[in-house]
Amino acid sequence: MTALLRHGRYVLGENPVTGLAFALFVLLVVLAAAGPGLVPYDPLASNTAEALKPPSRAHWFGTDQLGRDLLSRVVVATRLDLTISICAVMIAFAVGSAAGVTGGFYGGWTDRLIGRVLDTIMAFPLFVLAMGIVAALGNTVANIVYATAIINVPFYARLARSEVMVRREAGFIEAARLAGNRGPRILAMHLFPNCLPPMMVQISLNLGWAILNAAGLSFIGLGVRPPTPEWGIMVAEGAAFIVSGEWWIGLFPGAALMLAVFCFNLLGDGLRDLIDPRRRT
Amino acid sequence: MSDPPIPLLAVQDLSVEFRTRAGVVHALDRVSFDVQRGETVGVVGESGSGKSVTAFALLRILDPSARISEGRAVFGGLDLVTATEHDLGLQRGRELSMIFQNPRTALNPIRPVGRQIADVLLRHGNVARAQVRRRAVELLAQVQIPDPERRYAAYPFQLSGGMCQRVMIALALACSPSLLIADEPTTGLDVTTQAAIMDLIRELAERTNMATLLITHDLALAAEQCDRIVVMHAGHVVEVAPAEALFETPRHPYTAKLVAATPHAAERLADLAAIPGGLPDLRGELPPCRYRFRCERYAPLCDGPLPRVEVLPGHMVACWKPL
Amino acid sequence: MLRLIGRRLLAAAPGLAGVIAVTFLLTRALPGDPAAFFAGPAATREAIEEIRRSLGLDKNLTVQFGLYVRDLTRGDLGKSLTTGQPVRSDLISRLPASLELTACGLLLAVAVALPLGVLAATRPGSWVDHLCRMLTTAGVSLPIFFTGLLLVYIFYFLLGWAPAPLGRLDAFISPPRSITGFFLVDAVLGGDFGEIRAILRQLALPAITLGLFAMAPIARMTRAAMLGVLSSDFIRTARASGLDRRTVLVTYAFRNAMLPVVTTLGMVFSFLLGANVLVEKVFAWPGIGSYALEALIVSDYAPVQGFILTMASLYVLLNLLIDVLYGVIDPRARIEA
Repeated sequence: MTALLRHGRYVLGENPVTGLAFALFVLLVVLAAAGPGLVPYDPLASNTAEALKPPSRAHWFGTDQLGRDLLSRVVVATRLDLTISICAVMIAFAVGSAAGVTGGFYGGWTDRLIGRVLDTIMAFPLFVLAMGIVAALGNTVANIVYATAIINVPFYARLARSEVMVRREAGFIEAARLAGNRGPRILAMHLFPNCLPPMMVQISLNLGWAILNAAGLSFIGLGVRPPTPEWGIMVAEGAAFIVSGEWWIGLFPGAALMLAVFCFNLLGDGLRDLIDPRRRT
Repeated sequence: MSDPPIPLLAVQDLSVEFRTRAGVVHALDRVSFDVQRGETVGVVGESGSGKSVTAFALLRILDPSARISEGRAVFGGLDLVTATEHDLGLQRGRELSMIFQNPRTALNPIRPVGRQIADVLLRHGNVARAQVRRRAVELLAQVQIPDPERRYAAYPFQLSGGMCQRVMIALALACSPSLLIADEPTTGLDVTTQAAIMDLIRELAERTNMATLLITHDLALAAEQCDRIVVMHAGHVVEVAPAEALFETPRHPYTAKLVAATPHAAERLADLAAIPGGLPDLRGELPPCRYRFRCERYAPLCDGPLPRVEVLPGHMVACWKPL
Repeated sequence: MLRLIGRRLLAAAPGLAGVIAVTFLLTRALPGDPAAFFAGPAATREAIEEIRRSLGLDKNLTVQFGLYVRDLTRGDLGKSLTTGQPVRSDLISRLPASLELTACGLLLAVAVALPLGVLAATRPGSWVDHLCRMLTTAGVSLPIFFTGLLLVYIFYFLLGWAPAPLGRLDAFISPPRSITGFFLVDAVLGGDFGEIRAILRQLALPAITLGLFAMAPIARMTRAAMLGVLSSDFIRTARASGLDRRTVLVTYAFRNAMLPVVTTLGMVFSFLLGANVLVEKVFAWPGIGSYALEALIVSDYAPVQGFILTMASLYVLLNLLIDVLYGVIDPRARIEA
């Protein structure tokens, strides 16, 4: 453990950007958790007298077409966006790694069947598949989560499967088997924990992508409905006003999106350097 | 008495250091030796002793983090250390060639082997474009690759390790260099192929009076093939002598241990003596003699600057207390 | 070579089968009554019943699937409620717009990303290297619709260089004589420079948006691949043989580096086809993406189904192309050792 911490300090020293990303991540979590309590205005309160005002001291991010304070909306949206992406990634991680580990360990028909399902998912352009799933299941936030989860499953499944196949014939697995452990127990207690480090990297990178996915879906009108504050839908609302010069309505939520994704990507890169420096790009 | 002949390659005080995250690694320290025209010189030592680094330094194909901090390597009147990239480019592959370990990875995996030879011919060989293919096939035949016409279009993955090494030799010898550096050319090949490859190299060398610098950790191989041997330890040259003299009367304690550790057909495994200790860490401050901590003969006098003692004509030892 | 293509086609067949099956399931998974959705919000009870019978929704699932496949092989993708046209003809008329946009975006991306990645790898630590890394990190973090909007704001509103984001052509100009359906190609064939210029002006911003999006992963992979290849054994041999810098870089290093880059292209295409939809919305581009979106909003599901099928089939084909390209570059993939 101390070795890991020491190495962590070394990597942070080498890479101050990772430290910055981590700080940003903490900020995002704080905003998500405490945001609604901290904001100056009610994100849903409209005030047509104050509509379309540029950033000012009263409204740091300006107001939108209904006079709602953008700063409050952007901050409150953090909770929704982070929740959606974290839930989606967690589901994808759970289902994907279970599938991958099972397929890799048992091989044979189980592996082939799971592989077929994964291939079918991967045969679609992923965003298009997400669109289709939300369209089919219904236009709700929960379905955005499920759709995003489904399209992310293959990444985890593939990773888990290859890690397991590498370790399947390893000595410690044989020892566990000889000690009387049966399949599922070996999977859970021995194989799976060893696959975790590269998965952590994947999770962090995926979180960024999941946010973009969810925002993209809401940008085209799927999932989140107005007046719910969510970054993607706010950019869509702002899009109409860009051509007439009211840039702040779309820019601030877009910048927030970018910052969040950027943060997760940097974190993922930093984690990757920590765990497996050979894979750096 | 006539003057001693000017060596083909004269390496003097060559020093190389690597900049790494963990500090500066002094990989080579004042390495000096000569190679005469037509002779075969072996460079032996443990893994990590700096043998390959020396070779890479001569051709200036070291890692970007490496720096030649000192020394000269005069080859045919040109100092390889200070030569411009352009001049060096004219020597590489033409007068000065190299073959590497792991022949399969040392060849371009997605290019037919014949075309790789053709590339070198076109670059250096003064061969007309129309004749290049024919010449390449000839070279393949010269290194005894069966069915060279067809093998011209083969890819490295379609050839065995031994055949890949032959291709590399053809590549290196395409323009009849005067010096061939062979970096562990037989490591990784089976014993029969090893012998065949070494015979091939020797035969081709004799034909054109080509000098060979054979780098190997296999002392027995060096004894068989080389006229003179350079023994390296931790980036230092510790002994230089004619092969027979080195084996019969090694003068450096390290060389003696190396010879004792080399299996001969008659010896039993139990009689092989391992050399105690390991190579020193090459970062930071190092003692003048880098063998000091592994040496049973150490005396306070060994802390002085490393000498170069000529115990016999042509036999040099870098030791204060030679055997 | 033909055998390679044939083999790859066969390998792609199960993928296509999977796509057809999943698309079928998606439409049957519609919340509520699928027949009602296909009939539309304004349909009467009788109309819904008729739709139900014509779609075979009163039969069991296996039979339904059979009917679905039969319709597909006849090219029948249903009828759009909003346009009243068969979905197939709608798609065919709108596909060139999407393809043209995506192709231009991709070409732009490759034209910038490849040299950038190579230069970044050969000059580590230089400004090119830093630019490449910045572009890569920013590129994968920026939402594509946001990039598009930013470009519109800067180049249309602030600078006035670009035209309004209102589709393929300014409202007052008529499209070129249709030969291929690709405006740019048709205009070039027609030889009218004014036309070409007008089309390019409209195409610029959306193509750049898509291009920027695709540039990031390609540049990143090119740089990484080049760095990896440049430190490999065979490059060392090439340098030791005295080969000149250009040969080493292009013939030896670059070709080998292209292998992982081509593999990455698969993922890039997946992203691009999805991003297409978003860009079409931002720039009001009349392609199949916006066609599907317009239909989705009014719960007109036949076009959406057709769109998903088309995109997925396109993707399968593109992956096939990538496989073939890979086989061309890497003899190990096409020769049995």
